[in-house]
Amino acid sequence: MLLLQIDIAFIIEKLILATVILLGSLGIAMYATWGERKVAAIMQDRIGPNRAGPLGLFQPLADGVKLFFKEEIIPDTSTKALFILGPSLAMLTATMTSAVIPWGPDYVTESGRVIALQMADINIGILFIFGVVSLGVYGIMLGGWASNNKFSLLSSIRAAAQAVSYELALGLSLVALLMLTGSLSLREIVAQQHGFWADGYFTWNFFKQPLGFLIFLVCSFAELNRAPFDLAEAESELNMGYHQEYSSMKLGFYLFAEYINMFISSAVIATLFFGGYNFPFMDEVLAGVGQLWFTVICVLVLLTKAICLILFFMFVRWTLPRFRYDQLMKLGWRSLIPLALVNMLITGLVILYVLK
Amino acid sequence: MEKLTNRSVPVDRSPMTFGEKIYLPAIFKGLTITVGHIFKKKATVQYPEQKRPFSPVFRGLHVLNRDEEGRERCTACGLCALACPAEAITMEAAERKPDEEHLYHEEKYAAKYEINMLRCIFCGYCEEACPKDAIYLSETLMPTHYSRKTMIYKKEDLLIPHPKKQSGQ
Repeated sequence: MLLLQIDIAFIIEKLILATVILLGSLGIAMYATWGERKVAAIMQDRIGPNRAGPLGLFQPLADGVKLFFKEEIIPDTSTKALFILGPSLAMLTATMTSAVIPWGPDYVTESGRVIALQMADINIGILFIFGVVSLGVYGIMLGGWASNNKFSLLSSIRAAAQAVSYELALGLSLVALLMLTGSLSLREIVAQQHGFWADGYFTWNFFKQPLGFLIFLVCSFAELNRAPFDLAEAESELNMGYHQEYSSMKLGFYLFAEYINMFISSAVIATLFFGGYNFPFMDEVLAGVGQLWFTVICVLVLLTKAICLILFFMFVRWTLPRFRYDQLMKLGWRSLIPLALVNMLITGLVILYVLK
Repeated sequence: MEKLTNRSVPVDRSPMTFGEKIYLPAIFKGLTITVGHIFKKKATVQYPEQKRPFSPVFRGLHVLNRDEEGRERCTACGLCALACPAEAITMEAAERKPDEEHLYHEEKYAAKYEINMLRCIFCGYCEEACPKDAIYLSETLMPTHYSRKTMIYKKEDLLIPHPKKQSGQ
């Protein structure tokens, strides 16, 4: 009967963690919409939303309420079940990825109980992320196809083709990283990047894999369907793209899923390349402030890194014009994939002959 | 073809160098420009709180003037209506009764004076035409309305407040 023993405290702990992570990523995505509008405004020498509350901070709430109260329209000729499934799937996959990200170091209570600030420490964390991310394409594809609108269909074909071709380079750029870390578990990868400096070199993977990071970053722009690769919603060619026929909260789900995806992929990039919750002199800080505050600081450090990356995503969006579709495909297949392969080769050689 | 000016620059069609092909320096350059805009002065004027001054020749909503004793200056001569290119002004004249001397400046006055604001083009010709300095274009912006009916301004809407009556009626 030992196998059937259920640890109630464990379930409660995970439930609380799941709720906090879910609400947290929703909240951050909400304020990412506000941030996007502010960044866009500031870069164009405007002020941006500033009427709803101080600094326009209630703007996302107002937008959400507006979307909720809008009329829900399901087109007559659409495939209804799939039409509803599309945005749900987009939202589901967007929130699922956060399960394997370690948000902070383990917290050990006085009774010796270890609380992991990670939903599930599965040993194939990165594979899980890739799986869920490629599932996310279905949300767009189903939505675009079920709308029964040629613009939506074209847009979803574009999005799917783009996602599929950039996932290759994304995966290949990570293979080099995995050769270095020797583990697929995100928890393990973060643990290896402890602190900032060890044995005469930086511990963060960014300094070990700069080319891999670059490829990963470019590909995540494409995976997120964000400018300069936002061809799926090129207004001048496809009206609104795959969410043309959507209204009310279903449209909101699509838009929202995009921002959650941006937050999660920023967190993944921070975890993989910028040391996750690690920061310089963390051992000294741990000795100085005690474990509870140390955990809080670690979580805040990871969030800061993720938010900086989100801001970078936004800066790029408001700087670069959109790619042409053939240029996008050329960049993916003819530049990034060979580059990722070369990076893999160099990493392999370095591991073989330099690091031993 | 003969050049009209010597300012034209020929298009550079030379193949891209390696630095241009990898595109990253150009992205970086673009980012420095956009990030530099964070620190620039914002062009926005926060309208209801901040207002930009009008130009001295600004022509806004019309007012009908009164003299120093608060009597209406308009004598319903019709010159403004004649001058109006949009035919927005209509009026009806009436004769002043002996007991109305405190109300009207001259023996004749406008019993009805209407400006159709949907027709008015705010050219200011009425102001120029008026021999009695009775109509002026103020600096007030024209407000919007929900119906066509209320867009036709009556004399009561146009007259400036009586200087001696406090209520401003």
